[in-house]
Amino acid sequence: MKKHDTPMLDELENGPWPSFISGIKRLRDKHPEERINEMTNDLLGQLEHSYETRKGYWKGGTVSVYGYGGGIIPRFSEVGDAFPKSKEFHTLRVQPPAGNFYTTDILRKMADSWEKYGSGLVTFHGQTGNIMFIGSTSDATQHFFDEINEYGFDLGGAGPCVRTAMSCVGAGRCEMSNINEHKAHRLLVNNFIDDMHRPALPYKFKFKVSGCANDCMNSIERADMSIIGTWRDDIKIDQAEFKAYVDLKGRKYVIDNIVTRCPTNAISLNDDDSVTIDNQNCVKCMHCLNVVPKALHPGDDKGATVLMGGKRTLKIGDLMGTVIVPFMKLETQEDWDKLVEIAEESIDFWADNALEHERCGEMIERIGLVNFLEGIGIEVDPNMVGNPRESSYFRGDGWDGEAVKWYERADAADKGTA
Amino acid sequence: MAEAKEKKQQRAPIETGAPDGFQYMHPTMRKNFGQWKWHDHPKPGVLRHASNSGDEIWTVRAGTQRILDVFTLRTLCDIGDKFADGFVRFTIRSNIEYMVNDASKVDPLIEALESEGFIVGGTKNSVAMISHTQGWLHCDIPGTDASGVVKAMMDELIDEFKNNDMPNRVHMTTSCCQINCGGQGDIAINIQHTKPPKINHDLVSNVCERPSVVARCPVAAIRPAMVNGKASLEVDEKKCICCGACFPPCPPMQINDPEHSKLAIWVGGNHSNARSKPTFQKLVAAGIPNNPPRWPEATAIVKRILSKYKEDAKDWERINDWIERIGWPRFFELTELPFTKYHIDNWRGGRKTLNSSTYIRF
Repeated sequence: MKKHDTPMLDELENGPWPSFISGIKRLRDKHPEERINEMTNDLLGQLEHSYETRKGYWKGGTVSVYGYGGGIIPRFSEVGDAFPKSKEFHTLRVQPPAGNFYTTDILRKMADSWEKYGSGLVTFHGQTGNIMFIGSTSDATQHFFDEINEYGFDLGGAGPCVRTAMSCVGAGRCEMSNINEHKAHRLLVNNFIDDMHRPALPYKFKFKVSGCANDCMNSIERADMSIIGTWRDDIKIDQAEFKAYVDLKGRKYVIDNIVTRCPTNAISLNDDDSVTIDNQNCVKCMHCLNVVPKALHPGDDKGATVLMGGKRTLKIGDLMGTVIVPFMKLETQEDWDKLVEIAEESIDFWADNALEHERCGEMIERIGLVNFLEGIGIEVDPNMVGNPRESSYFRGDGWDGEAVKWYERADAADKGTA
Repeated sequence: MAEAKEKKQQRAPIETGAPDGFQYMHPTMRKNFGQWKWHDHPKPGVLRHASNSGDEIWTVRAGTQRILDVFTLRTLCDIGDKFADGFVRFTIRSNIEYMVNDASKVDPLIEALESEGFIVGGTKNSVAMISHTQGWLHCDIPGTDASGVVKAMMDELIDEFKNNDMPNRVHMTTSCCQINCGGQGDIAINIQHTKPPKINHDLVSNVCERPSVVARCPVAAIRPAMVNGKASLEVDEKKCICCGACFPPCPPMQINDPEHSKLAIWVGGNHSNARSKPTFQKLVAAGIPNNPPRWPEATAIVKRILSKYKEDAKDWERINDWIERIGWPRFFELTELPFTKYHIDNWRGGRKTLNSSTYIRF
């Protein structure tokens, strides 16, 4: 095997940060399998060519496994004649365990399977959250999938479909957790497994689950449906721990970094160094809990806020998710069923009403939130808006009826029948 | 015969979906699921979580090259078996985390990771690992190689990854096109195309579904046209915003331009709700050379922004909080970046980004 010269890539082997180029070279030079040596050699050759010409040379196509329509990102080289051993270099997207937990045993098993069939390159994880097994020929994808599928792993989403979901470390390790993040993740995504494996939706649809408003899964900005843990009773305060913190950092630091940073001015430092929180006006932003995690904790009446419609630029510009359920409990079977039902109603409505290649948030932008809410059977709530309408141009001839509905809902809530 | 053989090979998939993470979780974490009480940060790269039961779990976080070869993956497993309890997880920014239930295991674990070249850090007020996309290694529409940009930048930001002396955490991202798969970041380094696509009219009718391509354009600049007797597409180059949205559904509309595709830097994206509602990132610099293999111009600007942030921001201020306090004029002054007409948003809804007040700092 003649090794390609890679003078530009070699520059990426300098410096203290671990180098992916050195990793690919290890596969080229040290792997016992000749197939892998040759494949990674040509991969390096093509990548060097890209570095020299500042252009990419992969094109898509259609590759999947028996029974599925998606889950694999096909890559065929446009310069395959020069680099024939890596001319097919597909990625298998594999769903990670909720919370991204692994044992070394299961990782070794994956490594064994992958070097049997693929390039030996893998990423934990891609930006959607999949394990990315990078570099398989068309023929090998089925064999590799069959093998890992037998020990419990399944393909993720690619194309216009429900995509692989993500959830944070959550209740597994974090005291800020307000829900069973991993249950929400698996329940939602596994309920739509057919919509994941057989792409037939207008465009992609992503679920992301964060256990608190720190939103470590970036769900508001990146998920079509975002589930974020919160609570609606009082923040729990360990006053002794809080006083210890004031003692350690000083009153000025506490005022400058906790009290004045509260977005709703809901926190005050008392003369005896204890703290008082105006819980009714606390918006559960998490800042004070982040600063003093030993003293301040989420309340007991935990649940989730659900937002809908987040996405990045394509096509109409960035959209954040917006609240469609201010609070719901996620404890009983009934609660969980309700969460799944909201997802089902939303995806059904979107699938029926979206234009081709239109994300859920873009559809909401086009038709208005109210039409979407009516479509999925959710009543309006002032928590859904930053502020009420500013434009005076609206047609309000249904006003009286809507006002009556509001009072009826308020009465029902008082009587506990809602 | 061939058909029978084919059938025999077909194995129906087991549609198990997302696996249960519980089976791969450290026993101490399983036992204390939902019972965690507080955490602290004994030193960079290390977190300690304490449970109501009195149990503790210690986490050691390390940065890797993200694109792992199986040798590296096995080395990480060897370290997990020898120095930890065999349980790991990966963060959203592709760091590996080892969890152990005994404080005495922490230092040997760190030593083992560092001796194999992994970088312990990335916790609390550090510059976290840059989350990024694939680039030239695998993407079909990349204008640059995010993996290479990240390697080159992390080489220079390694001390900020290993230490915790930034005002708050810094989440950076890079993306190889304007779709921005890397996501919002305190600092984002993304490709910015500056010229309309170059169309190979011989290929369009065979490769592209023309109405879909027309529909994909955010500014309605694409229309069907006959060119040289062939059904093709044409672009109104005055309207075109060079976003590249037509390239994925129609590769003959080549947007990547070795000379004119540049890098742009955006700041102030923040996913968290802490202190203020989540924010999108804002453009601060463009026209930066897309200069492999080490992109020194982009790294220099990022370092300049970081050093001013580190110097000037108060504790707990993320980059968006810092700029909110000091104002944009001061940001451009401190970072010595030019403010141009391109910084003024003219996209739909852009008017709300203008200053409709007399709030001006002198």
